[in-house]
Parts: sequence; C-alpha cells; structure tokens
Amino acid sequence: MDTKIDSTLDCYGMLCPLPIIKISEKLKEMKTGEVLELISTDEGIKEDIVAWCDTTGNEYLGLEEDDEVIKVFVKKTVA
Amino acid sequence: MSEKDKVTIIVFSSELDKVLAAFNIATGAAAMGMEVSMFFTFWGLNVVRKENPKISPSHILQKMFGVVNPGGARKLKLSKFHMGGIGTKMMKILMKKSLMPSAPEMVKMAFELGVTMIACTTSMEFMGVNKEDLIDEVSRLTGVATYLALAKESKINLFI
Repeated sequence: MDTKIDSTLDCYGMLCPLPIIKISEKLKEMKTGEVLELISTDEGIKEDIVAWCDTTGNEYLGLEEDDEVIKVFVKKTVA
Repeated sequence: MSEKDKVTIIVFSSELDKVLAAFNIATGAAAMGMEVSMFFTFWGLNVVRKENPKISPSHILQKMFGVVNPGGARKLKLSKFHMGGIGTKMMKILMKKSLMPSAPEMVKMAFELGVTMIACTTSMEFMGVNKEDLIDEVSRLTGVATYLALAKESKINLFI
C-alpha cells in the first residue's frame, strides 16, 4: 500500500462481528482523511469491509493478503 | 447519511445460540451506523433479567416459575446439544478460544454501541419480573404499539 497509514488496528484471530465493531469504534477517534489499516484473519472481512464502507460512506482503499493475514485499508471520509 | 437506518429485533428465545445470533446482528448493525432497538419478550426476557431478583414475585406460580426459569444472560443454554450442561460448556470454551464475547459481554457491548434495549411489560407481568429485576441496560418498558411504531420505520426487522 503506497498510501500513508495513520493508524493500525489488530484484529488477529477475531471473528465477526468484532472486526467491524472495532473499526467503527477506532474510526470515531480518527480524523477525516486519515487511513486505517486493519489486520484480520477472518475471511468474511473481505466482503464485509466493502459492505461496511458502502453503508457508512467511508472509503474502501483495498486489501493485501499474506497467507492467513488479511490487511484491509479504509479511509475515514465521514465525520 | 441523513436519517439513520433503523433495525428492530424481537428477542423471543432464550437459547444461547439464538441470543448470540440476535446480538451479533444488533452489534453489527450498530457498527454500520444503524439505530438498533431490541425487544425482549417471553423467554427472551431471561436475557435481560438479573440473576438474583431483589423482589420476590407475589403469586406462588410466578415464584415457582422463577425457580425453573432462572434469569441472567450467563445462564442461557444451547438449543441443541446442551446435554445437561456439557454441550453448552464446551461451546463456551470454543467461543472463548475463538475470542468471541460471551452472552453477558455481548449485552454490555451492544449497550455501549448505543443499542436500545426494551422489555415487554406483558411478559414481565405474567413471569413476575419487576422493573428492579431487569439489568440496567434496559432503558424502556413498552407494549406492542411501541414495537410496531418502530418496526414500521425500520428497514430490517427480525424475530429471533
């Protein structure tokens, strides 16, 4: 990911709905325009993060997969 | 987003698996920025009851009922494979291993995420459950009209 990452959230080993809840909580602390990196091992997050961004209006920047670890990038675009 | 999307969930059951599914959806919806209301009725009332009631019910049948139907999110059993407690115990171990919150933790988490918890007054009455016997997370006591008014406004409405 070329974009500057402002914050990282480790959800290693956590299952749905925890990663989504943690993201929503974390983004509340962050400023608009900042980028969050989420580390997850839940396969479901790949589609869930897109649905979450669509619903909340935040921007989904993409993901990186390395073995079982999925890194998801979200930009806070909603105040 | 202008007006928040609304979700209403009726929690009728008190089996651990069903209650976890209800809270999973409720907390997930809250994290999606939705306004969530959970109505606890009939057996679902057990989820939001305190474990040790402060006021003993007046009617003898309500007292007996309280003995065979204990309250508290910690005491819920699986709908299948409870096996006298062994199955439920095993499920709780597996959940913990998977970093999943327990039922009481789910209740707390939902409350912190702003989920409104509502108890049905009719169920409370015949089960002999007083206002004081409910956990503090329950903020409203209502009847069916409040539920219907909220459900009418909701895009998602579930009965679990």
